[in-house]
Formats: sequence, C-alpha cells, structure tokens
Amino acid sequence: MAHAGHAAALRGQVPTRAFSRERVTAAAMRIGVVTAALLAFWGLWELYRFVWVETGWTWPFPVNDTTLPHVHTIFKAFADPSRVQGPLLISVLLRAALFTGKEALVGFLMGASLGFFIAVSLVHSRLMQRAFLPYIVASQTIPMLAVAPMVVVWLQAGWLSVAVIAAYLTFFPVAINTLRGLQSADPRAHELLRTYAASRWKVLWHLRVPASLPYLFSALKVSATASVVGAIIGELPSSIEGGLGGAILNFNQYYSLVPANLWATNLIAAALGIAFFLAVVVAEKLIVRRAPEHTA
Amino acid sequence: MRARLRDWIPAIVVFAAGIAAWQLSIEIFNIQKFLLPKPWAIVHACWTQRHELSSAGWLTLKEALGGFAIGSALGIAFATVLARFRRLSDALMPIAIAANAIPIIAFSPIFNAWFDPLSLTPRMATAGVLCFFPVMVNTLRGLTSVKPSQVEVMRSYAAGELAIFRRVRVPTALPFVFSALKVATVLAMIGAIVSDYFGTFGSLGITIKNSVALFDFETAWAAILVASILGVGMYVTVSLVERFTLKWDPTRQERGTA
Amino acid sequence: MSVVSISGMTKTFPKGNVTALQEIDLEVEPGEFVSLIGPSGCGKSTLLRVIGDLIQPTSGTVEVNGKGAHQARLDHDYGIVFQDSVLFDWRTVTKNVALPLEMLGWDRAKRKQRVDEMLRLVELQGFGDHHPWQLSGGMQMRVAIARALAFEPPLLLMDEPFGALDEMTRERLNIELLQIWRRMESTVVFVTHSISEAVFLSTRVVVMSPRPGRIAGIVDIDLAQPRSADTREDPRFFEHVTAVRELLRSVGADDHGSVLAEEIT
Repeated sequence: MAHAGHAAALRGQVPTRAFSRERVTAAAMRIGVVTAALLAFWGLWELYRFVWVETGWTWPFPVNDTTLPHVHTIFKAFADPSRVQGPLLISVLLRAALFTGKEALVGFLMGASLGFFIAVSLVHSRLMQRAFLPYIVASQTIPMLAVAPMVVVWLQAGWLSVAVIAAYLTFFPVAINTLRGLQSADPRAHELLRTYAASRWKVLWHLRVPASLPYLFSALKVSATASVVGAIIGELPSSIEGGLGGAILNFNQYYSLVPANLWATNLIAAALGIAFFLAVVVAEKLIVRRAPEHTA
Repeated sequence: MRARLRDWIPAIVVFAAGIAAWQLSIEIFNIQKFLLPKPWAIVHACWTQRHELSSAGWLTLKEALGGFAIGSALGIAFATVLARFRRLSDALMPIAIAANAIPIIAFSPIFNAWFDPLSLTPRMATAGVLCFFPVMVNTLRGLTSVKPSQVEVMRSYAAGELAIFRRVRVPTALPFVFSALKVATVLAMIGAIVSDYFGTFGSLGITIKNSVALFDFETAWAAILVASILGVGMYVTVSLVERFTLKWDPTRQERGTA
Repeated sequence: MSVVSISGMTKTFPKGNVTALQEIDLEVEPGEFVSLIGPSGCGKSTLLRVIGDLIQPTSGTVEVNGKGAHQARLDHDYGIVFQDSVLFDWRTVTKNVALPLEMLGWDRAKRKQRVDEMLRLVELQGFGDHHPWQLSGGMQMRVAIARALAFEPPLLLMDEPFGALDEMTRERLNIELLQIWRRMESTVVFVTHSISEAVFLSTRVVVMSPRPGRIAGIVDIDLAQPRSADTREDPRFFEHVTAVRELLRSVGADDHGSVLAEEIT
C-alpha cells in the first residue's frame, strides 16, 4: 500500500540537499546569464556613447569624456594612483570598502535584531501595534543625513555611530515584514496548537517564528542593501574618512579632473552592496526549506 | 468610521507621552540644547522660519513626487513588458534584484554632473532611480505570481494574453505594487533630501545642512519635522488609495495598521 | 464512564444571533466510532469543536473523559485531525508527528521510538525524512492521523479528514482508519458529508438538522466487525444507508433539497 503511494506521491521534486548536481548546474547557468548581461550592458554603454557623441544630442544630458567616460577608462583608473605619488586606487578603494563594510555589518546585525525584537513584542497585542506602528513607519521618514552628525556627537564613537545609522535604516523592513510573517500562519495550525494547550511562547517558537522565516529573509535582503547605503551616507556629514563615503566626497570634488575615480568608487560601492545581498541569499537557501512555488 | 478613529487613540497616547518624556528628560538630564532642543523650541522655530521652511519644503516635495512618479511609472512599465516575456524576465530577475542592492545614492554626484545642478532634475533622478528597482521587482513578482489554474480558466474562455493580463495578472499584482509604492514614497523622500547634500540648492536638505553648520539645531530639527510630515503624508496617501482599491485582499485584515 | 457526555448544550453566536446548536444531548461510550452527519449549517463541525474546547458552549455541560472539556484539553485527552492536514511545511514528516510530543516535553529517545511506531501504524515508515509537499494528499492525511494519535489519547476527533481526497484513496483510508481504531482501542468522533462513509466506519451515526442545529436521530450500525471492502456489498449496508438517507431527507427537505446532491451511493 505504501509502495503504490510512493510512486504516485513523489512529484519529481528537486531533492533538498544543498549541493546536488541540479543546484550547481542552475547556479552555473545563472552566472552565465549575469556575465552575458554585463557584457550586453557594456556594449550598450559604448554604443550609447558612440551615438550620442556622433550626433551631438544633449537630451537627457550631453555626452563627453566627463559625463560618460569609456568603460575601459574606468577600469584603467583602478591601476593608477589615486593622487600624486599615492597608493593605487584599487587598494584605496578596497580598504575603504572594508571600513564601510564593517560599519554596515555591525549596523545590519543590530538593526535586524532590533527589528525582530520589535516584531515579536508587537505580535501578541493589537493595542501595542496600533500604538507604536505609526511611529515605526514615521521613523523612516526622518532623513538620517540630518540626524547623522548629532548621532556622531552623542556617541562620540566614530565608526560605531555610522553603524547606528545603518541600523536605523535596517530595522524597519525587518520589523514590518517579520510582524507580517509572524501573523501569517494558517489559523488551523493555531487551532491545532490550542488542542495541545500550548502556551503563547510555545506557539511563538513552534509556529509563528518558522512561518515568518520567508518574510524575514525577504526583509533581510532589503536590509542588507539598506545597511550599506546607510553606512555610506552616514559617513558623509560625519567627517569620517577612510570609508567609501569619504572617498565619494573626495572624488566628487575632483570629478572634472578625473571623472573615472568617482565611477570606480561607485563600482566598488555597488560591489559591496551586492556582496551583502548575496550573502543573505545564500543564507536563505541554506536555512529556509519550503515547497517550491508553482506560478504562471 | 467610528472604529477607525478609536484605532488611533493608542498612537495618540504614545505621542503625548513621548512629548512629555522628551520635555522632562531634557530638564532632568540637562541635555545640551544644541543636541536635542525642547519640543516647544522646535515648534517655535517652525513658526519663525516658516517662509524658508515652506519654500524649501515645497521644493523637496516636488523633487520627491517627481522622482516617485517617474521612477514608479518606469518600474511598472518595465515590469509589465518583462512579464510578457517570461524567459527574459526569469533570466533578468536575479540581475534586477542584485541591481537593487547598489547604493544608488552614490550616483548622486554623477547626476549633478549630467544635469543642471541648479535645477530639480538631478534630485528627481536620484529619487527616481531609488524608486525604480523596488517597484519594478515587486510589480514583476506580482504579475508573475498568478496561479497556473487561474490562467487555465481564462484560456478555457479562449482569452488572449491581453485579457489575461487585465483580468488576472493586474489584480494579482496590485497588492505587490502597493506595498512597493509605499516603500518608494519613503525612498523618494530620502533621495530628494540626501541628493541635496551634493548640491547648493534651496531645499530641505540644504536647510538642514546649513542650520547644522551654524549650530542652529532648532531649525534643523524643524526642517526634519517638515520632511517627516511630508514623507508621512505621501505614505498615508498611498495607503489610503491602497485601502480603497484593495478591499478584497484577505491578507490585509491580519495587520493592525496600513 | 462515557468518553464524551453532553447534556442540554446550546451554542449561539452573538453575531447575527445564530443558534448553531440547540439542546444537544449525546453520550459516546469508550470504543465507539460515532459519525456526525448532516446538511450544511447543521453545526456538526461546531459540535466537534465544542467537544474539543475550541469553542465554548453558551449553556449546558460538556464532559470529556469525566472532566470538563476545558480541563480535558489541558490534559491532552484528545487528538484532532482537520480536513486540511495542517502539517508544518518546515518540518519533516518525523518532526511533524513528533510535534505534540515535543509540546508534552518528551525526551528525544522516547519521541523517536513513538514516532517510528506511529509511522509504522500508518504505513509510512521510510518517509520520515520527507517534507509534506513531497507527499500525496492521502499520505499527508496519514501523517496527520499519526500525529493526532502520537500521545495515544483516548479520544480522536476528526473533521471531514478525507473530504479533499479522491474516492479510491478515501475508501482505502477508511479501511486503514478502522484498523488503526481497533489497534489503538480509541474512541472516535467523526464528522463527514458522505453517507456511505459514515455507515461504513461507524458503530452509530448521528444525523443532525440545521437551523437551529439539533440531533434529528441516531442510527445504530450493527454490521459485523472487522469491516472490509465486502461490507459495502452487504445488503444490510444498503439498509443502513437508506435509513440514514431517509432521516437526512426528512431533515434536508426543510433546506430546499440542496443538501446532499453530491452523494452518489
């Protein structure tokens, strides 16, 4: 009886082992697609440049070596010193990326923990939700650029203040999404746990939290990015050098002289943001085991 | 309607308590006024600086709204086109999601080089690009998360792609779109204000920056207050439109507030 | 001592002033298999939930295992199976069945032993490491039954568990359920829409009528045990089915006859 069921049962689902052949192949294909897209983007860039320079169009903006340098110019700049007789640009930028990355990581962890804590505190009480959610939402509209210098003075802690700013940007999506996730469980599952006379904490631990994981990771992906952005922005008014924010300000000043430096900085900043994001994606693949979605 | 008003009482209580605590703790802990002025001082600054604040606020609002509108519209448009070509969107989706991870704000100085730094354009561009990716990614997810069985029902009526789009994909996508639009209002505001930092123009970001430089923290906080109100206003507007449009969505009933 | 003893129980929902159940009297003796059947709105699912203390009655008494229903729930005196198997997606089959045992604080070794026993009981040994979505509907339901019986409660409540399954799986699971019932010596209260299923499974069939929910009548099913596929062809089986159907018709006639259109047998 079980065997007859077996054959009918397994609907050809991909096994859930982390490094099965199917998954590795899929990952390889993804990398291929990304590379193809990047090459296509490069091609489009140069093409756009070529057409606009030839025709002299000025909409949406005039194209020349300052506004839209060649891609290879940007890459070449990595190997040049960032200032006269100084270290190579690439080492400057990598060190800055590490500095900013540290701030972002600490901020991310703090913000994610805070957001999770807020969600767990609010889930059991509609009253508390109505009391505090408006402020949690409103908190996001306060431009942290303005708050940043004050935070730096309060904390007197250099890069940690920037981490706080990153945390500020991080906690919100985590709080909101986790709250939603904690409330997302099937009402029948709640009924089932009532038949076990489960306490609120047991329901939280065994039902709500596991149900919320997909939502949590969805928020963490957004937060990963936000924490990097927060770290960069936090550095701007705080006169903290050594990070990517400082590098941006610095190269912005000299943009008309060496535009490629600023573009190169942006590339590194983009890479940092994407790296954080990918880390969360990998963590999600390993931790969250759910039915694959079937969609059209 | 009565229930709705009653819902806000806890929040109002918290607000009042917060203001009182603020006032008290400044006195008790003797926090230097330049860091955290008394609530009344900020309100006072709002009044005395009302001309500058309102003109700067208006500019910021234009920047944010402009960026929000353009970025969201483009995001929705791209998503709509991509949804039609599933293979392409499946391939590009991870790239779009990764692109969302790029700190757009770093591009603000470049926008200043592209467009007239004295105009609203570079700021709208910053705000717009910030909005574009979340809106596009979420709209695309919404348009493609239709259940296969629903599409099959439509096909059994010999419905073409356009009909399927109108009657099935769009309603399915709407909750996703609205949730992305709410995030976009916040992003647009942030983009508008932060992009000010790289410029020399008279909107709220500059007001804040200049006030801080002059140690006039009351005005700085007043400007922050104005920015927050504008941001909340945009968010609430989108929320109201959402509530009106999405009366049928069951997952919304679980949450306490919009 | 009855496993379930209900006396004068009434349940009204304040919203819309609906009387879901009115003056229900019911005794279920140990080892019985009692089905609740009736048209939509007759309150059979509500009655099941009252027994399980998931809904509180407005008046009357409900005793389970000699105690009040509330205490019985706190003492884990029953297991429940819903129509949707309500398995946790993020747990394997083994961990799903182990859930109530974890709640009860059993240690790991005891849990493993009991889960293995239960999986053997429902003939799913070997599927312990699968996830629910990798199993068919019938298999998921068997996991739900294994879970409900994991701590060997005296009473098993089932709310149309086989309603979402195809007929052949249904009939096969009916036989399996009876085997499990005999092996565990449990008492079962079973809600269903299907007359033939009710007659096949039960020792007694309780027919309910709607608006307000009442017990219209009870049919004793004195078919031989153990029941098998042959039982369905016994002429006495048809007599009982007819008896239940007549009762339902007299009740469903008030409901404009829309009630049991789907019943084929």
